[in-house]
Amino acid sequence: MKIHEYQAKEIFSRYRIPVTNEVVCYTVEEAVTAAEKLGLPVVVKAQVLAGGRGKAGGVKLARTKEEVPEFAGKILGMDIKGYTVEKILIAQGVKFSSEFYVGLTIDRNSKSVIFMASSEGGVEIEEVAKENPDAIHKFIIDPDLGLTPFLARKIAFALFTDFSLVKQGADLFQKLYKIFMDTDSSLVEINPLVITSEGQLLALDGKMNFDDNALFRQPEIEALNEPTEDELKELDAKEKGLTYIRLDGSIGCMVNGAGLAMATLDLIKYFGGEPANFLDIGGSSNPQKVIDAMNLILSDKNVKVVMINIFGGITRCDDVARGLIIALEKIKVEVPIVVRLSGTNSKEGLEILKQANLPIVETMSQAAQRAIELCAKN
Amino acid sequence: MSILVNQNTKLLVQGITGRDGSFHAGKMKAYGTNVVAGVSPGKGGQTVDGIPVFNTVEAAVLATGANTSIIFVPAHLAADAILEASEAGIELVIAISEGVPTLDMVKVMPYLVKKGTKLIGPNCPGLISPDAALVGILPGNIFLKGNVGLMSRSGTLTYEMVYQLTSNNIGQSTCVGIGGDPVAGLYYLELLQMFQDDPETEAIVLIGEIGGDAEERAAQFIQDHVTKPVVAFIAGQSAPPGKRMGHAGAIISSGSGTAEEKIKAFERVGVKVARIPSEIPDLLKEVMK
Repeated sequence: MKIHEYQAKEIFSRYRIPVTNEVVCYTVEEAVTAAEKLGLPVVVKAQVLAGGRGKAGGVKLARTKEEVPEFAGKILGMDIKGYTVEKILIAQGVKFSSEFYVGLTIDRNSKSVIFMASSEGGVEIEEVAKENPDAIHKFIIDPDLGLTPFLARKIAFALFTDFSLVKQGADLFQKLYKIFMDTDSSLVEINPLVITSEGQLLALDGKMNFDDNALFRQPEIEALNEPTEDELKELDAKEKGLTYIRLDGSIGCMVNGAGLAMATLDLIKYFGGEPANFLDIGGSSNPQKVIDAMNLILSDKNVKVVMINIFGGITRCDDVARGLIIALEKIKVEVPIVVRLSGTNSKEGLEILKQANLPIVETMSQAAQRAIELCAKN
Repeated sequence: MSILVNQNTKLLVQGITGRDGSFHAGKMKAYGTNVVAGVSPGKGGQTVDGIPVFNTVEAAVLATGANTSIIFVPAHLAADAILEASEAGIELVIAISEGVPTLDMVKVMPYLVKKGTKLIGPNCPGLISPDAALVGILPGNIFLKGNVGLMSRSGTLTYEMVYQLTSNNIGQSTCVGIGGDPVAGLYYLELLQMFQDDPETEAIVLIGEIGGDAEERAAQFIQDHVTKPVVAFIAGQSAPPGKRMGHAGAIISSGSGTAEEKIKAFERVGVKVARIPSEIPDLLKEVMK
């Protein structure tokens, strides 16, 4: 789960990490009032749950009174990577000298939390990682010890020469680690962290992502969730025991298991088709699940054919076949269906489907090719 | 031989009185696994499918000599269950539970290292050494005893692959589902080493997924330490960047961890990579000649 910049900075503030003075605004009028209160110049920043806001024109410095409503008007309603800007942040302009990057995330290899710090802040950190990986310092944090004062100092010494900044930095980094652990984050970032003309460290921006598996014990964080329309559909699916992700193609897919579902999409692409969705129905032959899954697939009007790929493991293929038939009796499906069943009791399952006049194929590859043919005809 | 589980496995089932725990305890026992005990706090003294249930792992180990544990408890209790098994001296823990908070696993790991406990999972289907021991939720009937070691980040895709191997009369020494969570136990490197050292394993199949750089690291490890032939498959070749496909681990982040990069990394060290699942048996026959 992601939250907005202003929400991340509210959390930073609660832990006494200095952030810019700022106001969230939903209208041009609010933006004008906020700018009057904060004093010029102000930065007008789009608040959307996507990166690359600056490049998309969603961040502008307003130096004059006239520019505030102009930029606010332009940015509100703007589309950034599929997200419509509904709120903007009016942040007090700050004079600063250097920009740094600091971030915490999970490192799969050391199975620990890792602290990343770089003097090349203010730019996209992925670019730095690609072009100049040595410019990013990495520190693995022992979960038993936490971010100790000495390690926090070591990180700060990697960024700053002035000892007053080292002390400020070490303190700030420990707070940032505490935020990460307290909120079950998967990512906490300040980019840029700046040195103001008064010699203070300040978070000019903030980014936080959270571990979805831990939201059950983070009610305050969960309350900040703003799912998009597509995400709502995904959430609805999740409640029904399905994992659904909409894609752009026209071949609807119903598969059991995430890995097999991914491999199914790959196969469709491999043979030249375009999948309409990723849909994992999990390990069950429950007809209701198949009905829900079919309804979900068909709610996408681009779907011209449905490919069902089930591998019967513990779930037996004959049970799956019976579930399918019950499901298809209950809902009207106007597009052609291709079914591939394999695994435990597949012979019996295929026999059941044959009797119901459902087109069946033997292998995944055949199913994908058949679906592509049918898609081209429709 | 085989790796990790065999005839000497004495299995304990944590969460044996739950729906999944009792169902799979029965399945594993029916397959022939030596299931010696179950644990379910407050239900000590009962039996499930003839398997004695204990209140604590310690009591179960003392009474039965269990050396391996499989965990079916709800996700928010999984970390504690893993620690309990480790503390009681269990050598190998398999955590099936799905949806375990990542930081719970981060906090558990140092203790497991200290105690020398091996962990597989969480969020994994378990493992099997055909005809010897099934420790997981894998469908035992599709496996065939043989000489191919298999490791995979996904469940049903593993079954699909195994089914194709078995249909082609290619048997398996041990098949391990390592799970797809960001912080997990045994991974490619450890398993590659075990298969390399296992006299019964002649070739290795590695089924990877997009996200992270574990496959790239595996490729490097194969070049440096593995002399047995390895073939691979990467799921998610067509996945759009940033989309999460059911597995917490399968996220492409900004140009790294793509299927293309992983395939390149394998091919660079001479590992043959199947473009579609049905190519795996032929590739194996080629390298095992």
